[in-house]
Amino acid sequence: MANLVHDNLRMTVSLPAAAPEAPALPWWRDLARRGLRNQMLCLVIAVLLTLMGPKHWHFFVNWVYSTCIGTSCWLFIDGGRMTLSRLLIHQQPENPELRARWPGLSWMLLCILVGSVAGYMLGSQLGDLITGRTTPSLIENPQALAISLIAAIGATSFFYTSERLHAEKAAAEAARRLAAESQLKLIESQLEPHMLFNTLANLRVLIGLDADRAQQMLDHLIAFLRATLSASRAAQHPLSAEFDRVADYLALLAIRMGPRLQVKLVLPDDLRQLPVPPLLLQPLVENCIHHGLEPKVAGGRIELQARVDGAQLVLSVRDTGVGLRDNPATQGTGFGTTQVRERLRALFGERASLTLAAATDAEGGTLATILLPLTPTAA
Amino acid sequence: MTLTALIAEDEPLLAASLQAELARAWPELHIAASVPDGLSAVTQALALQPTVCFLDIRMPGQTGLDAAQALAEDWPEGAPFPLLVFVTAYDQYAVQAFEAQAVDYLIKPVDPKRLAACVDRLRKRLADRPGASPVPVASTAPALSDESLAQLRALLAGPAAAPQPRLEVIQAAVGNTVHMVPVDSVLYFEAADKYLRVVTAEREHLIRLSLRELLPQLDAKVFWQVHRGLVVRATAIQTAVRDESGKVLLTLRGCADRLTASRLYAHLFKGM
Repeated sequence: MANLVHDNLRMTVSLPAAAPEAPALPWWRDLARRGLRNQMLCLVIAVLLTLMGPKHWHFFVNWVYSTCIGTSCWLFIDGGRMTLSRLLIHQQPENPELRARWPGLSWMLLCILVGSVAGYMLGSQLGDLITGRTTPSLIENPQALAISLIAAIGATSFFYTSERLHAEKAAAEAARRLAAESQLKLIESQLEPHMLFNTLANLRVLIGLDADRAQQMLDHLIAFLRATLSASRAAQHPLSAEFDRVADYLALLAIRMGPRLQVKLVLPDDLRQLPVPPLLLQPLVENCIHHGLEPKVAGGRIELQARVDGAQLVLSVRDTGVGLRDNPATQGTGFGTTQVRERLRALFGERASLTLAAATDAEGGTLATILLPLTPTAA
Repeated sequence: MTLTALIAEDEPLLAASLQAELARAWPELHIAASVPDGLSAVTQALALQPTVCFLDIRMPGQTGLDAAQALAEDWPEGAPFPLLVFVTAYDQYAVQAFEAQAVDYLIKPVDPKRLAACVDRLRKRLADRPGASPVPVASTAPALSDESLAQLRALLAGPAAAPQPRLEVIQAAVGNTVHMVPVDSVLYFEAADKYLRVVTAEREHLIRLSLRELLPQLDAKVFWQVHRGLVVRATAIQTAVRDESGKVLLTLRGCADRLTASRLYAHLFKGM
């Protein structure tokens, strides 16, 4: 019975679509669907009235009245809701509730009150016209008003809450999906298929040529894969581990690129244990290779350096590749640099930064510099 | 007729390996040159005129696809155009395009069985050629068939570059001065080494940008690519005259410059 009541209520007040969500269907299809539900409800009410009301109440008469009153109430309330939210949205165009055609609680209560009264009055007049009977006015029959008001408020709040819960669930789901997607994108960018398959192709050749070197290459690949796949789990690791992982990656590339790649890593002993977010440098090193050295026919050098400047740890990644071009569309807005910036902001706020600039000496190329606070963070 | 091949592959181990595998699968094939970048691939191929070119897609200098375009545009009249085999480690789009275009391709690591199939295919193609007999190819035969041109065009069309916001103004720096050149005033863009010439009716500017980076920021209906290094405002073209070699000479309105559209883009200039 309780379910039946809920169902009826939903149809009587024919509630707005999910409050915080924009309606997915065109407005007229939405309206038609709610109208149909309303008609079904009116039929159910007519049946209930016939079964539970006074014996002389005829089903057909009940149906005419319930249809007339129910439809008018619905049209008034639903029409009021849409008109109001459309008017209000001019003042607050960004309000998500208004965008979902929900004008807010106080406006909605007013809508229900006015809509129920007006709907009852119009509907009963219509019913009288069709059946030739006379129904008592609202003043003589306050019960009718009370019943429709309670029903309308109850249904409105019930469906508002349930739609809202549904929308919140959907929003949480979307956020989770987004997080998972960006995690996946991160791993995907590090395990770039082109890099992976080229490495495997080299490994395949090396096995036949030089088994010892092949084994070394495989060890680097294993270390690189392990680091990439577990990077998301650890919040921090020592700077020496960060350099080791970059060294693994560069060792793989050194085999592939041959003499076209030279590597220089500078990590002072007293900085080895400093904690850094894992694989922070990796995207920058990849950028050097991918945008700087790979396109350059002669190849070049990549330099990683860690030093302390005042209260800051300075990590620089520099290449002698083709350098930045004039295109503003590709300067430090790529996936790699964006991702590094986002991680820095999330972990250190304004206390860390990444800058990307042309290297200033004669060798040219690009210089990426990360500044990190030396003081340990809460994270 | 000696069968010769050019291998363009930047990774030394992979180049050596492909050469060794080819020696096994196709002993008659003589490797004329093995080059480590896309630029020398073109100069060597033009100089040596090999029967087959194995082109890696991702190479320094320029990609294998760009090298193929340069070959098609600069190939001498009358000489048979090499059969092209693209080699790639992983390039989903390229692989699809090659399959659709029936140009052969290899995926790294190169599987010996797959290489043997590729060799069979190349041999068959060579046998089907009009001048397959020991007699040299008749000089009247088209060096580069319309079919191969169409295939190459489809390959080069590539995956549509991610749509970028339209460029409105070109900022061309000269010393401390930056010239603001509205894109609407540009007649054509021409690649010149590491720079791009931006030519307007009044003067020209140099910017440090590649045509590849610029193209997605231009409206393709307004600016037509007519050569690998040339993009012209369509409405600025006054006449287009096709010469015997298939190239198209363009004259411009409001500019005395004469431009040349390559065979690859000659199809753009047809009477209505």
